[in-house]
Amino acid sequence: MQIYLPIAELSLDVFLLLGLGGLIGFLSGVFGVGGGFLMTPLLIFIGVPPPVAVATQANNVVASSISGVLGHFRRGNVDVKMGIVLLVGGLIGSTAGVSLFKLLRDLGQIDLVINLSYVLFLGVIGLLMTWEGIRALVRRRRHTPRRKLHQHTWVHGWPLKMRFRKSRLYISALLPLGLGFAIGVLSAIMGVGGGFILVPAMIYLLGMPTAVVIGTSLFQIIFVAANVTLLQAIQNQTVDIVLALLLLLGGVIGAQYGSRVASRLPGDTLRILLGVIVLVTCGRLLFELVSVPVDLYSIGVTK
Amino acid sequence: MTPGRRLLHAFLLAAALCLAGGQARAAELVADLSNHLVAITTGFAGTDVLLFGAVEQPGEVVVIVRGPNVPIRMHRKSRIAGIWMNTATMSFDSAPSFYAVNASAPLDKVARPAVRERHAMGLENLDIPLPRAKASPNIAQEWRDALVRAKARKGHYARAVGSVTFLGARLFRSNVFFPANVPTGSYTVEVYLLREGQVVSAQTTPLIVSKVGVEAELFDFAYEYSATYGAVAILIALVAGWLAHTLFRKA
Repeated sequence: MQIYLPIAELSLDVFLLLGLGGLIGFLSGVFGVGGGFLMTPLLIFIGVPPPVAVATQANNVVASSISGVLGHFRRGNVDVKMGIVLLVGGLIGSTAGVSLFKLLRDLGQIDLVINLSYVLFLGVIGLLMTWEGIRALVRRRRHTPRRKLHQHTWVHGWPLKMRFRKSRLYISALLPLGLGFAIGVLSAIMGVGGGFILVPAMIYLLGMPTAVVIGTSLFQIIFVAANVTLLQAIQNQTVDIVLALLLLLGGVIGAQYGSRVASRLPGDTLRILLGVIVLVTCGRLLFELVSVPVDLYSIGVTK
Repeated sequence: MTPGRRLLHAFLLAAALCLAGGQARAAELVADLSNHLVAITTGFAGTDVLLFGAVEQPGEVVVIVRGPNVPIRMHRKSRIAGIWMNTATMSFDSAPSFYAVNASAPLDKVARPAVRERHAMGLENLDIPLPRAKASPNIAQEWRDALVRAKARKGHYARAVGSVTFLGARLFRSNVFFPANVPTGSYTVEVYLLREGQVVSAQTTPLIVSKVGVEAELFDFAYEYSATYGAVAILIALVAGWLAHTLFRKA
């Protein structure tokens, strides 16, 4: 059954879209990731214009983050103060990102930038995941020494120090502000929540305790993704509500099954599996960038 | 097509009709469409529109379907550091957003070259004004050909000439296919009756391609009230996320 997507301006099969939402929902249920970084490339593969894929996916990130953050709030795993500082950076970053997106679109370079960003990030993350998974499999039973709460580095000398009680940190506000900004730009251009970069950055760069990292990152992602959605809708008219609804519906159902399966599978195997999926997606995108195009000429967006 | 060109077109058409007027009576050619509206609805996956008609005396029939003229921007890729990226851009002020030709026999047998050129019969005779030369004419021609190729890939320009079938000597019919990604706007369907390579009669019928119902409302909503549209999208996502959360808790 075909359905016409009013903003993407093409017809796609309803069950393909539901299935895609379900698959990504399933994967995000299994692996506990947002899944945006897989959904956007897959949408591009099935013919959705990259700008529409990115903006619509940003809207879906709002949904998946809110459903995640509610649970973390109940367990008290959200550092609201840290979240707000990250958020201020994120709002500025995503606003700049959407304007950059529009500029690149007018220049005819947005598809290239979206693809390149994905190749870069998927490549790095896929390699790290696979590597970590393999390493963990090899030394599964080896005991690891306890780490210090956090180490002092040069960033602790930065001005504008702020106390974050929940995270037990006393660090410069510039650090989370800058991090939020960078993730905001990324979020606008790639249509992802950015959790896959934000989470490791919060642990290793800011030194936050692991327990509050996921909840806090989801908390700030909701607002940044909402800001991206709103600005993309206003500046580029690229948010497709029909597409978003179908993906959401599939995603909700998929995620439910995913989290059930996750409890029955070993974590390291899962990580290697996800790493391989990410690398395959990255390879496909890279292939498109380097292989000789069907036609050197293509139609661009009219200003 | 510029207004001047259109006027010239109409004038030539009228002249052709007058020249043929000797033997032609009021209705040498009658044609109509099965449908004057291609409605893009939720389930739209492309559609056929049937054109049917009759001629007084035997001849050849050519049908030209044109979408509204729009500006089009083209990009050309080249390889930089192993990666293909857009490195050149050319803007066309006006090109048909859709174009298809059907004919009862091969175009070169039906119409003389001058006639084909005058009425833009066939992709090679399409009147796409070449961009104001930044380079030599043959480079401009390359861009024009590239535009035709790109539109053909999208299914907006029919690559091959479609068929017009005669049922007996006087009745004819022809199918025009509009793909799912058909551009919207006011189309014209020109029907020409030709004898000995010359146009003896012609008729133009309008055709509207438009999003209707929910699709149209969403599209207009997204462009006219984009801030509200964005807010609604976020609201839907919030509700969906909250619903998903409550479902999970019960499970």
